[in-house]
Amino acid sequence: MNTHSVALDTGIVSATRTEALKAALIAAVLGIGLVFLTGFAHSLVLHNGAHDTRHALSFPCH
Amino acid sequence: MIQRVLKAGFLAGLVVGLAIAVLQQFTTSQLILQGEVYEKAGHDHHAAGNSPALPIVLVHGSGSSTAAAESEEEEDEGWQPANGWQRVTATSVATVATSIGYGLILIAVLLAAGVLIVPRTALAWGIAAFAATSLAPALGLSPELPGSAAAPLVARQIWWVATALCTAGGIFLLARIEYTTAKIVGLLLILLPHLVGAPKAATFKSTAPAELAAQFAATSLVVSAVLWMLLGLAVGYAWHRLEPRQNRGVVAT
Repeated sequence: MNTHSVALDTGIVSATRTEALKAALIAAVLGIGLVFLTGFAHSLVLHNGAHDTRHALSFPCH
Repeated sequence: MIQRVLKAGFLAGLVVGLAIAVLQQFTTSQLILQGEVYEKAGHDHHAAGNSPALPIVLVHGSGSSTAAAESEEEEDEGWQPANGWQRVTATSVATVATSIGYGLILIAVLLAAGVLIVPRTALAWGIAAFAATSLAPALGLSPELPGSAAAPLVARQIWWVATALCTAGGIFLLARIEYTTAKIVGLLLILLPHLVGAPKAATFKSTAPAELAAQFAATSLVVSAVLWMLLGLAVGYAWHRLEPRQNRGVVAT
């Protein structure tokens, strides 16, 4: 393996890493959004609909 | 990559969420319904000044009495799912959505940490997530039945989120960073929310019997533990199954 191919490999690895971090960020935002809606949102409809889930999964409720 | 991440998180969360929704109906939901009978009786007793027998009417049901409507905390409570299929459906949808949300967060964290995602590793991270989102918050804010006394909601929510973040960060430093200083900081982070203390109500006012409340707290923790363990396994499995074909057979160690 010469220097060129090592540099190429490293480039591929860092590109994959950037892509993974981007995907992780999107997943995290979506995931936190969902958990916020079911576990934390103060909207009456969301609270009442998710009431039993909030109690069951020990989110603060009422 | 993005598609694989979202698909794996969604599928794992969906399957586990459905399983937990069924488990809840036989465990926590039953206890909540029982707790509400006492909560309702407490309201009626307070409103009428005399309660000869426990009325079997649920406080969240559609047929609430005028006595309950007039009691201290009953303001306009908006739409509520009626007991029966409406409530079962609403709870199941909320549980599945929470499970998908947790699944996406778990994958995000595993990717960000650069961990090889297989059922074994995802299970270990799932157990750590259980400690962060259920065990540690439960030490300050026990899972409670409806009708329990509690401090203002926003204060408890802030403490819950802070505790989950501190515990998760602490476990990460303890388990993944080799420096002694990092491990000490990790330990302090885990202890910090409990040294600050959770917001507490000034008095106790639970209407449910202590046995029921204790059973609920323990059951809730078990349900959360099952959720996170299944979610870890499912995320690891789904991630592996959704691997692009050309990479199959390449086993990383």
